[in-house]
Amino acid sequence: MSVRPEELTAKQYDAGFVTDIEQETLPPGLNEDVIRHISAMKHEPAWLLEWRLEAFRHWQGMQEPHWAHVRYEPIDYQSISYYAAPKSRVNAPKSLDEVDPKLLETYEKLGIPLREQEMLAGVAVDAVFDSVSVATTFKEKLAEAGVIFCPISEAVQKHPDLVRKYLGSVVPQSDNFFAALNSAVFTDGSFVYVPKGVRCPMELSTYFRINASNTGQFERTLIIADEGAYVSYLEGCTAPMRDENQLHAAVVELIALDDAQIKYSTVQNWYPGDENGVGGIYNFVTKRGECRGARAKISWTQVETGSAITWKYPSCVLRGDDSVGEFYSVALTKMHQQADTGTKMIHLGKRTKSTIVSKGISAGHGQQSYRGLVRIGAHAHGARNHTQCDSLLIGDQCGAHTFPYVEVKNASAIVEHEATTSKIGEDQLFYCRARGVSEEDAVNMIVNGFCKDVFNELPMEFAVEANRLMEVSLEGAVG
Amino acid sequence: MLEIKNLHAEVDGREILKGIDLRIGTGEVHAIMGPNGSGKSTLSNVLAGREGYEVTAGTIMYKGRNLLDLSPEERVWEGVFLAFQYPVEIPGVNNAYLLRAGVNAKRRHLGLPELDAMDFMQLVREKAQLVELDPSFLSRGVNEGFSGGEKKRNEIFQMAVLEPSLAILDETDSGLDIDALKIVAKGVNKLRSPERSMIMVTHYQRLLDYVRPDVVHVLADGRILKSGGPELAQELDRRGYDWVREEAAA
Repeated sequence: MSVRPEELTAKQYDAGFVTDIEQETLPPGLNEDVIRHISAMKHEPAWLLEWRLEAFRHWQGMQEPHWAHVRYEPIDYQSISYYAAPKSRVNAPKSLDEVDPKLLETYEKLGIPLREQEMLAGVAVDAVFDSVSVATTFKEKLAEAGVIFCPISEAVQKHPDLVRKYLGSVVPQSDNFFAALNSAVFTDGSFVYVPKGVRCPMELSTYFRINASNTGQFERTLIIADEGAYVSYLEGCTAPMRDENQLHAAVVELIALDDAQIKYSTVQNWYPGDENGVGGIYNFVTKRGECRGARAKISWTQVETGSAITWKYPSCVLRGDDSVGEFYSVALTKMHQQADTGTKMIHLGKRTKSTIVSKGISAGHGQQSYRGLVRIGAHAHGARNHTQCDSLLIGDQCGAHTFPYVEVKNASAIVEHEATTSKIGEDQLFYCRARGVSEEDAVNMIVNGFCKDVFNELPMEFAVEANRLMEVSLEGAVG
Repeated sequence: MLEIKNLHAEVDGREILKGIDLRIGTGEVHAIMGPNGSGKSTLSNVLAGREGYEVTAGTIMYKGRNLLDLSPEERVWEGVFLAFQYPVEIPGVNNAYLLRAGVNAKRRHLGLPELDAMDFMQLVREKAQLVELDPSFLSRGVNEGFSGGEKKRNEIFQMAVLEPSLAILDETDSGLDIDALKIVAKGVNKLRSPERSMIMVTHYQRLLDYVRPDVVHVLADGRILKSGGPELAQELDRRGYDWVREEAAA
């Protein structure tokens, strides 16, 4: 009746397989020539090349940070190839029949619907399914509203003024080691601009998938909500299984002007490595939003179940008076996964308000740390923060750690911190089983109950996905 | 319904049950009484299949099958139900949700169609009346913030919904004031039927004032020392347990 935890927590990665497709790839190594090459491939203006080179020079003088509560073998940055693009996208296939069967197999395994497969595979949908094309409908609707949503490389060409004005304005090139590296070599990512007073007419999700089919390991995202604008952006990813560790160093910058609101949701399921802790993605991400205007609001919601190592602190700089920052997070570490994650809330404006709800679940040999900073600046009169930080342990080989930092320079601030650590008890599981519920379903129920506060913040379709993801990830994670 | 032969069981390597023999016919209600530490709760847990309670010898046949071959949830599907002495709280997990998952797992096992949310809610509203539970508790977390009495009423309510063939009530009367005890007892009596057997494990006789057992057993030092009719419970209440021990030793 009892099963050893190590057998059970080694749930196979459902979205992990290698797709062997010809790619145009630069040889490994990083130097100024590589950066010039990337920039030239993308036909970038001189200022952007200069910006990249500046970042590279900063990076060369920086040290990889090692303060996080994670362990990994040293990364050889000269052994990484910094540019890989799928071959010619000019001659787009006319139907799925023309698409590489291996790619189709990948989509099949991921359970991606046919229509979406066509979009992902770059089939010229518009020509084939003109009347029913979701993408076309999306594009029209967005254009009507004046929303710009495109790959950042396209934005560089078509909206250079916006990109130049905002790129690096929240996460400067020299911000940290990984952000500097990203600034030097980023290949693509998304760009969103929502004009004054516009409420983006849809969740930017499915459409994102279409665009995101070709982003690299150094992704760069820039989202701007102009005065009074609103946008909800959804990010979700699964990566093909690889044997070697794969470095991902993305940067996401959000800018919310007066009365604007940005809701950024992530469901992340990258390859976590195998049951022995071999392989898996290193996810070293810099995500930061700035409430630049008064009464602006930025919300980060994340559900993280993947990656071998996660180093990620989606943050809010609350510059505008009365601006609001929120962070809702569920992170699961199992097998040998390690996560050092949390948030920073930097209160600069008056009466700024922030909420942090962090739920960490550890199973197997997973190690998880919550690391959060709440900083109340000298001028942030009447600032408020509430932090709730809960950990749930499954089994007795895993760990949960909490590192909250609070810096208050204004006496009128109110900062609250609540933290709990609990274990899924044998008695809870037995109680559920004694009511006819299987052990696995019982774990799912208990974990979902634990995560509810965060899942409630996700847009509907994502909440369903998140639930399913947790269930798949937790299969057998009982000790 | 249930036949236990020479049952020995250990907890943490310590033998608690030292050869239990017990036969319970269909529709019978048996009370198992005994002093603290006699093995009453161990017997309940062994019957429900809790991990850590290791059967070292003996057999338990339930409806002609070896009960020990079944996992805890399979026992529930086959009609065994344990009302806990100390029901645990499971924050964030809705009462109705847990119970519906259990009921539908059982129905799947029996080849019956699952109940949809509407049918299920109708069923639980009906059953909640049996133990005078306010249906609003259904949307709360499992036992979360329940008073002692509410927890015990919830156990009997769950029993009503799961409709077991064999119910084991582990110290259901403990921690109840007289009013709560009456409500619980009323619920149990309503659930008595010629098809349903019950084992009431209790320290005191007071529950038996309201739920009259067919047979009373005295469990002490891991063995059943004496069995008799309902009058035995009253005698135990009056005279304590020592005389049974002495009688058995003689």
